[in-house]
Amino acid sequence: MSKLQFLRNLAALVSLTVASCGKKETGAVVVLTGSSTIAPVISDVAKRYEAANPGVRIEVQSGGSSRGIADALSGTADLGMASRALSADEAAKLTAHRIAADGVCVVVHRDNPVSELSREQLISIYTKKATNWKDFGGPDATIVVANKAEGRSTLEVFLHYLGLDNADVKADVVVGENLHVINSVVANPNTIGYVSIGTAASEAKGGTPIKLVSTGGVAATTENVANGTFPITRPLNIVEDALTSPAAKAFLDHLTSPAINDIIQKHFFVPVN
Amino acid sequence: MGLLALVAGGMVLLIIGYLLTNAWPAIQAGRLGGFFTDTKWQPGSQRDPRFGVVSMLTASFLVTFLAVALALPVGLACAIFHRFYAPPVLERWNRRMLELLIGVPAVVFGFWGLMVVVPLLIRLAPGTPGQSLLAGSIVLGFMILPIITLTSQAALQAVPAAQLQAAAGLGMGRARTIWCVVLPAAKGGIGTGVLLALARAIGETMAVVLVCGNIPQIPKSLFDPVRPITSTIALEMGYATASHKALLFCAGLILVLCTALLVGWISFRRADSDPGTGGA
Repeated sequence: MSKLQFLRNLAALVSLTVASCGKKETGAVVVLTGSSTIAPVISDVAKRYEAANPGVRIEVQSGGSSRGIADALSGTADLGMASRALSADEAAKLTAHRIAADGVCVVVHRDNPVSELSREQLISIYTKKATNWKDFGGPDATIVVANKAEGRSTLEVFLHYLGLDNADVKADVVVGENLHVINSVVANPNTIGYVSIGTAASEAKGGTPIKLVSTGGVAATTENVANGTFPITRPLNIVEDALTSPAAKAFLDHLTSPAINDIIQKHFFVPVN
Repeated sequence: MGLLALVAGGMVLLIIGYLLTNAWPAIQAGRLGGFFTDTKWQPGSQRDPRFGVVSMLTASFLVTFLAVALALPVGLACAIFHRFYAPPVLERWNRRMLELLIGVPAVVFGFWGLMVVVPLLIRLAPGTPGQSLLAGSIVLGFMILPIITLTSQAALQAVPAAQLQAAAGLGMGRARTIWCVVLPAAKGGIGTGVLLALARAIGETMAVVLVCGNIPQIPKSLFDPVRPITSTIALEMGYATASHKALLFCAGLILVLCTALLVGWISFRRADSDPGTGGA
């Protein structure tokens, strides 16, 4: 490439960058951060919303419910995404708007004959009082217990249901994302883990060799989350503080309307509005 | 040009400064004591929060050194083969493949490890979780293999032709020449490559988090799951608040110090070694 050509390209690049910066400043930007469970839904909603409302840009970043709540409080984000209920002192400063419900379900490998576990059985597995699948009608094999890493809301929801502190859990594997749990179960068929029902149902439907385990006598399905019979559930909330911008307010109204229910269902969550 | 170079160097200082400011609350609160004496890491426990980093520091070093121990023989054999045995076409293509291996994203290595290496280890040791110290070392070993091979090859190539001719003149065979002349002469360059690989391996995150099992414990066997420092930071940083976050920054700071020591060692060796055989 000649020097002149290089300079011309550089000039084009600079003008392009300047142009895109200019465009950024004219429109309203709404920033949402938080739960990695909610983020993909909002991203999909945002694409459609941006197309229908030119000049508005929605930025979605995942990083966990606690981050969403902290960012909404500090003003780093316009809206926070939290896949859990607010604690008392959080609720004093923030308002939560439920946009959907999600269930946390136990998953095992498709080849594992165990298809139902009670709360008491789950407690004995997660505290290593029972360590062999044959105690639960499965094969004679050591149970590999997969737990979530600290701070994940699925961990909080699951442990809250079992009534355990994380220090009580004796895990063999600690993982972060929902898909990492599912991949761990696929890689080692003796693994037991728990993930968001939305993720598990979509993976199982897509042919991933996992099985959603019934808990408390109720099948782990989105219908049972919707009708409130499934015991391990959590709300998917958008949280706002008192200083929400008009653009963010408008987007929030859209999120709490039935207009996004098709997207929520596409992600295997349960609409509530 | 000089300014740009200073920006690059200054960046490191900025990052260390950032780590220090964020780690400061924990250092100030005197939390570092428990950091090194406590055996447990359970920051999220309501009943009994503990912040012991020793098991994770051990894990970082074990995974790293084991990875180098696995990759060094293979990488060195590969470099010797390339330099002295392989036909030029084979050498060129195999070297290109290795260069390609450097570009494979860590997350792909990790996923491959989880889906291929982990099931193999379960078959090897039934009843274990599979995600383990050994799994992490194997995956990391593959990731640093090209670094070790390419730097070793450069070191072998830097051995003066006169020494090879002298060995031939003495009637030494090829194997004997490699073993008694080339390898001792290229030792410095190979060592530098190993240290570079160590520095690369100890900071690796995405691959180890997928295959190590992430249980904060001191392993009793190769098949026990472990949690290196980088995994802990990756798993918990986005979700941590207040003192927990400051302690994660402390852990990051310790890791940067370890890498700094390695880099210091590399430059010390480089200044020290014979320029003719320094290699990379």
